[in-house]
Amino acid sequence: MSEISPGLWELLLKGVWITVQLTVYSAALGAAVAFGVGLARAHRLWIVRFVAGTYFEVFRGTSALILMFWIFFVLPLGFGWQLVPMWAAVLALGLTYGAYGSEVVRGAVAAVAKGQREAGIALSFTPAQQLRKIVLPQAWPEMIPPFNNLLVELLKGTALVSIMGVADIAFGASLVRNATGQSAPVYTVILLMYFVLAAVLTRGMRVLERRAKAGIGQKQPERTFPRRSRERVPVGGESR
Amino acid sequence: MTWDWSAVADFMPRFFEGLLVTLQALVLGALLAFALGLVWAIVLRSGPKPVRWPVAAITEFVRNTPLLVQLFFLYYVLPEWGITLSAMVTGVIGLGLHYSTYTSEVYRAGIDGVPKGQWEAATALNLSRARTWSSVILPQAIRRVAPALGNYVIAMLKDTPMIFVIGVMEMLGQARQFASETFLTVEAFTVVGIAFILIAYPASVLMRALERRLVR
Repeated sequence: MSEISPGLWELLLKGVWITVQLTVYSAALGAAVAFGVGLARAHRLWIVRFVAGTYFEVFRGTSALILMFWIFFVLPLGFGWQLVPMWAAVLALGLTYGAYGSEVVRGAVAAVAKGQREAGIALSFTPAQQLRKIVLPQAWPEMIPPFNNLLVELLKGTALVSIMGVADIAFGASLVRNATGQSAPVYTVILLMYFVLAAVLTRGMRVLERRAKAGIGQKQPERTFPRRSRERVPVGGESR
Repeated sequence: MTWDWSAVADFMPRFFEGLLVTLQALVLGALLAFALGLVWAIVLRSGPKPVRWPVAAITEFVRNTPLLVQLFFLYYVLPEWGITLSAMVTGVIGLGLHYSTYTSEVYRAGIDGVPKGQWEAATALNLSRARTWSSVILPQAIRRVAPALGNYVIAMLKDTPMIFVIGVMEMLGQARQFASETFLTVEAFTVVGIAFILIAYPASVLMRALERRLVR
């Protein structure tokens, strides 16, 4: 690794910071979209379900990279809206992964036993109270493992922004490659960086899952080595 | 918003060229992913131990790192090691390898779902190991997971635009080139975006139907 000078290392580490920021902001937007659309897809009014379903199919159907190109190049020309590259990227990633996440929310909410809602009605809770106090606390622990998968997919998706010139890890790598004239060291290093970031996310989500399950009286067996849940189908991830 | 239908008409010949390349990459990548994934799944289940853990480590690593960076790695690093491949072949290998780490998990779930009695029956009938896999376990496992595999093909379709970064002229590459030559950016990217939805939506409806029929 001696070919990568300290200055170039600094470039890569700045890229890590950008990637982390992108992941956090996109995940926040994605979570908001996932809950909004996911709950709307189970709404009692058909028009709300229809609009949310259309959103889901459109944003799941298109590719995150194409959406990013569209937001970068078509929005400014077609509508006169020019976004800062960083926020355009967050918008594209958040909207796409939010659509995947809405399926997770919908599935988990639908899986809460019907009697729970009926109990809420019997106690004359308003629909909002039922959702907040009964349904979501029980659905939430079920959402965490698939959300973890999506979060890792999102982290991987952030690499796309380098094509748009946002200075993330992958962008830093191309600069380092140009500076050193060697590809193997720098690309190996950044693959490892992404892997470590993914491992950190997975570990964090395992902790979150254990807390959430403990919160509703379910025990989670301790595991020494955290890993992403394996049975679920993540991106592309239709309902299973 | 200016929308020019004649620009769409101008873009069409290039679009179909790009569509063809996208579909080629998709089909070849999917075949590679199905084949490699099966190899990983079988090795992880019944391979010799010294082989098993490197395969587990590599698949875990590939699954948790971005395809885009893997494509750059293959495209820039392989030539340094003396392996020169065309952009298209590199793209197919990248897609296939990345998705094989997902399909191997799908196969694994399918294999785990085959009842233990099937293995015992194969032993009782004195079938060889190869025969047990090929005529007892895999036919049952693959039937069960076919829709999940199909969903990964759809996911892979949505990742094919990435291979334009290494110079494969698929749909997005064509749109970019067309936009930079004619400045008809709006039309070119919108057509490609709609094309993805038009392919992916019926495909996912098909997979859901398949799931209802096969997974019982």
